[in-house]
Amino acid sequence: MNWNDMIYILPEVILTIGASAMLLVPVTGGRGAKLSAKWMMIILLAITAGALIYCSHAVENIDQSRQLQAMFALDGFSIFFKLLFIGAIAMLVMLSEDFLAEGKYSPWEYYSLLGFALCGMMFMASGVHLITIYIGLELLSLSSYILAGFYKSELKSTEAAMKYFILGAVSSAILLYGISLIYGVCGSLNLLDIAAAMSTIVTNDALMFGIMLLGAGLCFKIAAVPFHVWTPDVYEGAPTPIAAFLSTGSKAAAFAIFARIFYTGLHDFHLEWNYVLATISALSMIIGNLAAITQDNVKRMLGYSSIAHAGYVLLGVISLNALGLRGILMYSVVYVFANLGIWATVLMLRRHQYAGERVDDFEGLSRRSPLWAFAMVIFLLSLGGIPPTAGFIGKYFLFAAAVQAGFGWLAVIAVLMSAVSMFYYLRLVVAMYLREGVEAEFAITTPLRIVAGICLVVTLALGIVPSSLIDQAVLSSSHVAAHAALTPHAGR
Amino acid sequence: MSPALVVFLVIGTIAVASSILVVAMRNPVHSALFLLLTFLCVAILFVMKGAEFVGAVQVLVYAGGIMVLFLFVVMLINVRHLPDERVLSNFWKGGLLVGLAVFLLFFTMVRPGVFHDPVASDQALRTTYTYRHRKVHQPDGTVVRKLIRRGKVVGNSEAVGMALYTDYLVPFEVASLFLLVAMIGAIVIGKRELSAIEEENIPAYMLERSETEHEVKEAMSA
Amino acid sequence: MHGIDWVDVGLSVLKIAIVLGAMLNVTPIMVWVERRGSALIQDRPGPNRVGPFGLFQSFADAFKFILKEDMLPAKANKILYTIAPMFGLIPALTTIAVVPWGRPFTLPGGRLFEPIIANVNIGILLIFALASMGVYGIVMAGWASANKYSLFGGIRASAQMISYELSLTLAAVSVLLAAGSLSLTDVVWRQTGSFVLFNVIKLPAWNIFSPAMWMAFIVFFVSGFAETNRMPFDFAEADAELVAGYHTEYSSMKFALFFMSEYMAMATMSALVTTLFLGGWDIPWYTEPATWVGFALSVLSFVTKVSIILFIFVWVRWTIPRLKYDLLMKLGWKVFLPMAVVNIVIVALFIARGWL
Repeated sequence: MNWNDMIYILPEVILTIGASAMLLVPVTGGRGAKLSAKWMMIILLAITAGALIYCSHAVENIDQSRQLQAMFALDGFSIFFKLLFIGAIAMLVMLSEDFLAEGKYSPWEYYSLLGFALCGMMFMASGVHLITIYIGLELLSLSSYILAGFYKSELKSTEAAMKYFILGAVSSAILLYGISLIYGVCGSLNLLDIAAAMSTIVTNDALMFGIMLLGAGLCFKIAAVPFHVWTPDVYEGAPTPIAAFLSTGSKAAAFAIFARIFYTGLHDFHLEWNYVLATISALSMIIGNLAAITQDNVKRMLGYSSIAHAGYVLLGVISLNALGLRGILMYSVVYVFANLGIWATVLMLRRHQYAGERVDDFEGLSRRSPLWAFAMVIFLLSLGGIPPTAGFIGKYFLFAAAVQAGFGWLAVIAVLMSAVSMFYYLRLVVAMYLREGVEAEFAITTPLRIVAGICLVVTLALGIVPSSLIDQAVLSSSHVAAHAALTPHAGR
Repeated sequence: MSPALVVFLVIGTIAVASSILVVAMRNPVHSALFLLLTFLCVAILFVMKGAEFVGAVQVLVYAGGIMVLFLFVVMLINVRHLPDERVLSNFWKGGLLVGLAVFLLFFTMVRPGVFHDPVASDQALRTTYTYRHRKVHQPDGTVVRKLIRRGKVVGNSEAVGMALYTDYLVPFEVASLFLLVAMIGAIVIGKRELSAIEEENIPAYMLERSETEHEVKEAMSA
Repeated sequence: MHGIDWVDVGLSVLKIAIVLGAMLNVTPIMVWVERRGSALIQDRPGPNRVGPFGLFQSFADAFKFILKEDMLPAKANKILYTIAPMFGLIPALTTIAVVPWGRPFTLPGGRLFEPIIANVNIGILLIFALASMGVYGIVMAGWASANKYSLFGGIRASAQMISYELSLTLAAVSVLLAAGSLSLTDVVWRQTGSFVLFNVIKLPAWNIFSPAMWMAFIVFFVSGFAETNRMPFDFAEADAELVAGYHTEYSSMKFALFFMSEYMAMATMSALVTTLFLGGWDIPWYTEPATWVGFALSVLSFVTKVSIILFIFVWVRWTIPRLKYDLLMKLGWKVFLPMAVVNIVIVALFIARGWL
């Protein structure tokens, strides 16, 4: 390691320094404390994004094959996800302003925790070594636990943080067990070394057990079905901007490591794990969507719907082909933007001066703000996968990948369940357009408007002109493809 | 039976038994002390496997630092009247079943020969490598710079240090970030809200005093 | 069973006997020094009835301890109450094992005699690991006595020792950086010889004289007072506030064990300060020959240094009043911890520039 290698982690270093500095600003008192925490955070994110883009060009010039001690890779895949994360966090910063002002919470700690969470996500996206991935994941998780309990006076928030923390800690332990068993068998934690070691192993019980535990830990992080119980409770109890964070940025990061680990590291054993994952995926889609139908609370409903979306993304992992990887990349983008738009709408709901979170609270939105109601319809259609929204493109790639890999039955379940999901998404549309709001009050503020606007533009643009995203996904996934054999059913 | 095996069996038995007692004890202070015993036994096992650095750190950090803080908190709460609840919760049968299943899985799967074994040779654990470029004359007359790796057997702690600060530098530094976040979290959750302090508008020294008095009263009455 | 080197075993037993004997005798001697020393400082005669200069006072004390009734408070937790004093004694007795107390020399027969019980390459880590166990004796005693004052003593002790252990360890890290080894033997060997400061004075190459490490010495020495619960920091027993702190309920030999472990911890700490900063067994401006003469001289030098430090312990106790508790915490966290960290950076800088 020398100074030249610093270029790989420069964005993360900048982000860390910035996030730490934000903690110190209120301590200095006087002039510093009057600065706007929000704008400082946005500027920090912009600098980080700029550094990321600069570094990606610089790295291509230096030497693409050299990675930071086989720990950390700055490839197209990671840059794609990192930019997505930075964008998501920037929008979350916009969403959080009202929440912070209402509770008189100190914004500095809140934003710096968001910054550290983003740092963890960036390390996850770049990790090509299970230790890096694990540490990044823990950094993200710990920040999320704290943020989920940020409503200190609210019992529900504390309960959500506690549940999330305990279950998260247990799942981390399971993940570590899996990692240690894999290390024991393969003798390395670098994903490429693992893949190389696995190609020489015929069958090994301990390795299977390790992969199983690793998969279980990862499934907890994306909230796939047998490990999903925490999701609705945490989404309901956590402060709404944080619930938005958990269901978008945090989840996309988990998708990224899921794809990286299974595509680069474990692809040689896919015959052993793909049917297990297929079952998990099918269960997630079925249970997530069916349970969401019965929910009256929008936050819980979104929780269940995010479980279902984890099931869709798993299709991309199971199919293990180039199409699937592109599908994961694209669906992450699509899902993040549509979901953020919906969360912005939820943040706007009011009932008797308090935050509303029930389906009824949407009543009369079309009269109060027709444009917003239209945007909401677009987001819901995108989540349901109806053209011409971006969700259709994402789902198309995922389902096509599954069919190509011989998982036609799974694709059929996915299509059926997408249809089911439209049922509860349309409930919101009905509430917005067809019901009279008795005392409809919505707190429409400028930051929320900006976020919803950006999400609307992205969702529609990617749906109508998807080629730019597809090109980007093809380009980004090709670097991962260079790591692993991406031919369908790469044999041993 | 070799002496090492005898020591392993004795220490291992104590470690397992005391870890069971940690959860079986009613009094939290007793639980904490049995956890201490478990840590010490595990440290001995580490030393027996030639990882004396890890063993010493285990005692220094877990037994000497973290457990003292545990005891500190438990004693501050000072549980004298123990709850009359049953020790076992309603789910103990399911828990036992899962535990047994996991144990059986480990027992059947993790056996000698399963693992790729770089750790088996003590040498590998204690070797650090230095890298150096050296000019090498090719048969065709050209000179190329070649990376030479040289291994050197050193002490255990030196090997750990070398690994942490070269190969594993990035995760190591991120781990420090992780601890920083944990600290911020403790402060964020522990400190009073801005609004609460503003509303009460009591001078700081009064707040301090009333707090300590309250604590003392609690400790006395408990 | 063959393959056991009986001479080696014999030498080990001999070394253990020497060190253990010295450690066990520290208590009576120090009790006498403490009482006579306090009298000297306070300008009064002190114990002078038993034997010449009251030298046998300690024996009288010992008999008193043995003959007194051993009380067990009704509500005490019997097991913990009983093992707590022993737990306090173990770290005090064991940590000394890795401290070298003389220059190695060759025995007739070509065998090298190393005056250290266990020459392990993680010496200093082992010391801190074992020393960190010392707090358990106090905490357990405080909790098991079922007495408010004892409990407060125990809680205070745990907070204090954890706080100061950090700066103690970090101060030692400076020394270890300079020595490039965790073994105390290497640390001492590095301090033999001498260096010339500013082309003026020829000083022994002890760490305390090094421009990079005098700050670490201050931190280590003061934290050592806190770690052994000695006077300016004796909050665990603070007799004005807590009767006698964690050992309020103890009597007879159990109390004597606490007494012994306090003085032994003091002796160990002195030996550590000597080894880490004062050149260990090194004699200033003199190169010891590698024979038994050099060995004897070096042991004498080591004992002299330890005795001086021990006397400073007594001296400070009767000179400086106890701090307020919040001051103690502030001093530990806001002064000594940053100082120790800064010192590590300084030492690293010196090493990087090749000055050390």
